[in-house]
Amino acid sequence: MIGHVAEIAERVRAGETRAEDVARAALARIDALDGGEHGLHAFLAVPREKVLEAARAVDAKRAAGTPLGRLAGVPIAIKDALCTRGVVTTSGSRILEGWVPPYDATVVARLASEDAIAIGKTNMDEFAMGSSNENSAYGAAKNPWDTSRAPGGSSGGSAVAVAARMASAALGSDTGGSIRQPAAFTGTVGVKPTYGRVSRYGLIAFASSLDQVGPFATDVRGAARVLSIIAGRDERDATSRGASVPDFEAACGASVQGLRLGVPEEYFQEGLDPEVAASVRAAIDGLKDAGCTVRPVKLPHTRFAVATYYVIATAEASSNLARFDGVRYGLRVEPTGGDLRAMYGATRDQGFGREVKRRILLGTFVLSAGYYDAYYGRALKVRTLIARDFDAAFGEVDAIVSPTAPTPAFALGEKTGDPLSMYLSDVYTLPASLAGLPAVSVPCAPTKAGLPVGLQIVTPALDEARGVALAAAWEARSPARDAVPPLAR
Amino acid sequence: MASYETVIGLEVHAQLLTRTKVFCACSTAFGAPPNTHVCPVCLGLPGALPVLNGDAVALAVRAALAVGCSIRAASRFARKNYFYPDLPKGYQISQFDEPFAEHGHVDLEAAGRHVRILRVHMEEDAGKNIHGRGGDSIVDLNRAGTPLVEIVSEPDLRSANEAAEYLRTLRDILLFLGVNDGNLEEGSFRCDANVSIRPVGEEKLGTRVELKNINSFRFVEKAIEHEAARQEAVLTAGGRITQETRGWDEKKGTTFSLRSKEEAQDYRYFPDPDLPPLAIDEVFVARVRAESPELPRDKRARFAAELHLTPYAAEVMTQHPRVAAFFEEASMLHGDAVRVANFVQSEVLRDVTTHGLTANLPISARQLADVLALVDAGKISGKQAKEVYAKLRGTGASAADVVAEAGMAVVSDAGAIEALVRRIVEANPRQAEQLKAGKATLFGFFVGQVMKETKGSASPQVVNDVLKRVLGL
Ligand SMILES: [Zn+2]
Repeated sequence: MIGHVAEIAERVRAGETRAEDVARAALARIDALDGGEHGLHAFLAVPREKVLEAARAVDAKRAAGTPLGRLAGVPIAIKDALCTRGVVTTSGSRILEGWVPPYDATVVARLASEDAIAIGKTNMDEFAMGSSNENSAYGAAKNPWDTSRAPGGSSGGSAVAVAARMASAALGSDTGGSIRQPAAFTGTVGVKPTYGRVSRYGLIAFASSLDQVGPFATDVRGAARVLSIIAGRDERDATSRGASVPDFEAACGASVQGLRLGVPEEYFQEGLDPEVAASVRAAIDGLKDAGCTVRPVKLPHTRFAVATYYVIATAEASSNLARFDGVRYGLRVEPTGGDLRAMYGATRDQGFGREVKRRILLGTFVLSAGYYDAYYGRALKVRTLIARDFDAAFGEVDAIVSPTAPTPAFALGEKTGDPLSMYLSDVYTLPASLAGLPAVSVPCAPTKAGLPVGLQIVTPALDEARGVALAAAWEARSPARDAVPPLAR
Repeated sequence: MASYETVIGLEVHAQLLTRTKVFCACSTAFGAPPNTHVCPVCLGLPGALPVLNGDAVALAVRAALAVGCSIRAASRFARKNYFYPDLPKGYQISQFDEPFAEHGHVDLEAAGRHVRILRVHMEEDAGKNIHGRGGDSIVDLNRAGTPLVEIVSEPDLRSANEAAEYLRTLRDILLFLGVNDGNLEEGSFRCDANVSIRPVGEEKLGTRVELKNINSFRFVEKAIEHEAARQEAVLTAGGRITQETRGWDEKKGTTFSLRSKEEAQDYRYFPDPDLPPLAIDEVFVARVRAESPELPRDKRARFAAELHLTPYAAEVMTQHPRVAAFFEEASMLHGDAVRVANFVQSEVLRDVTTHGLTANLPISARQLADVLALVDAGKISGKQAKEVYAKLRGTGASAADVVAEAGMAVVSDAGAIEALVRRIVEANPRQAEQLKAGKATLFGFFVGQVMKETKGSASPQVVNDVLKRVLGL
């Protein structure tokens, strides 16, 4: 079983464990758990030779007396939406099947510069569009707590890789909840940083004004360490922010005494599973015990979040996905005797899955002449109102706590026929995305059936450290701490 | 029968002369093998993001200021969405409802027309489709991502001739600013024209037709003239003008329909979420203004007022920024701008070839100033100056060396010339007597003899003086 991030890094740095042995152990776990018909299917690609090469390089570096990085030998899984030089990157789509990027995403390069081992590329909903992993063109990953259930999405594969201890940490991307919701479903820690905190360079875009890369880990400390490394200004991403990056790991164990927690009434209404509600309330009580105060807050525009999100995100996606046209890379389908338009049509028809097509159509519609103001223009206005809700709330409280998702992991196939009910599973994560705020999901007590539940902690912009501190304070008390799914023990 | 006036507005796309592309670090150099100046960003690879090139902004602002625009403190980039193989991302990054500059003007001297500029915005160029035989096409993305400014005029032009003057004026402005290389053939300066007609006296604009991608000044004039005539014929015959986009067929000399208004694409512009709003503060604008080269009209005025050139000579000396720079440098080195201008006009310009921003001047300003200085010093004659110039062309040689090597040094030593003159007078006693007796035309005979003996190297002034003295004239 693969241990926590800090544990492995310290052991490899101290020479107690060789990076190659860690890598071999991780690969062996992937072999045992991930492949085959009954496997978890968290990985779309595992570049075995590259993994061992990288691990040996870390060992050689240590042998040469060169100080090792903060992620020395730590196996980290990479969401397939992130470009990895020389390793197939598909973003879960048929249209990019076999595509090998000539460059690394900035976050991938930053992990490597700290001697992390990129263990493989993880399964995801196609182009990050989905909340269950079922929109992956390569088949859904399965939830290790109950393989008949969805791991959540879109970063489901990353969440599963960590939950089943095939990796200590993983990178995911979160557009409307794509890190937090699968973290909640799989009992892992997931962080969506402030918009602009982490470089998007090399992240295959879904909705550019919302997409943010963030970590999954087996514990809060591990997530905090990875976040400290990937965060910070990148000259290649004009939307990345110049704010200095604190050592988030130092926030683990920081006192949360006196912090004011706000509980949004709007999140505890119809549609919330009672077991999830009880588990989350217990976690909030736990934070009270740690010295926090709790009060209700109002986020009145919450009810517009789903509609607003699906206008803005689909609009941006319709444009972002235009580059997949069969001209330069990826799939090209040329109907015999067809012209250029026929090639475009056939390529995109065969290359994209149903949900992606649905969103491209929606997005194209809301940007169209005559509809722009009524949809896209209005959605931008509502987005501002949602952000103001948070501004007002943060005038009274230091963090906003809620369930991450309204239900525990649902069954595979349960919502595939009903896109709207699928969209509603992100109802608690969307508002912070629209407001660009950082949020952590940390495991709380499981349901009676043993399914994980996540507590979401939203903090003001650039104050990930406070979210980390609260998550760590709860983690220390959480009955879900270090819980490992039975099949992975 | 009603008489019509033509109403024209022009949209000019000009490539900015940055070393690198507008959203990546690839070179903008023209003529490289296809797809060699490319990277993940300008190839539109998944995950790549644009980062704005500050040099492009500076040049764009320089251009906008030169056409009198005000610069917006905040503007936005927007995506113009359409599919085409030369457009790698499936959208062009442009500016839409918030351009960086607006409300300018260009004054046309010959036409006496004040043309308002509606807006200037920045955008990226597309690549090039190269259509091969057998229906195959290839795409060269070297040009994709080259920075452009689009300068949009109000419909203030009233004839094809004015449109051509506007384009020449605008091209000269951009050329002298070092913003654009003015190459219509290479497509770095392109133009679309919106053309409509209306009865003289009518205020309301007629239905406009957009003429696309006309790539020479001559074609612009012809295309607009043809289009205005076509529209007049339609109206005269009782028809209506359809709003459409038309192209220019050079071979047939006619415009033809490309697409109707109904077929017009919906570009679904929206703010590009990958690029923060473009902030241009007053300090930046002031710096750009201070660094901007002199505009052609200002140069002309200065050459006339300060260097005393005739308006015509000032015009000729400002036909190209390199000619102007050559003229100014030579004037400064030599000191007499009028003589420099005369020599440039009579000799040098015959050998100058210009191609966009490049202009090949056959000699350096230093060489030219030295040639004229030799004339001033009486070392060579004006006629010899032209020969010296001819020998200097394309060489780095010094004027003095060329004169010495060719044995051209003028005989201006009065003593040596006097000895020669006396010998010639003695050899031609009859002519000398006749000249003394008043047959003035024979003076030239003696000058000619001296020049013949000296192979033209005698100073004419000295020859004149000596002849008069020796013959007692
Ligand atoms: Zn490039």
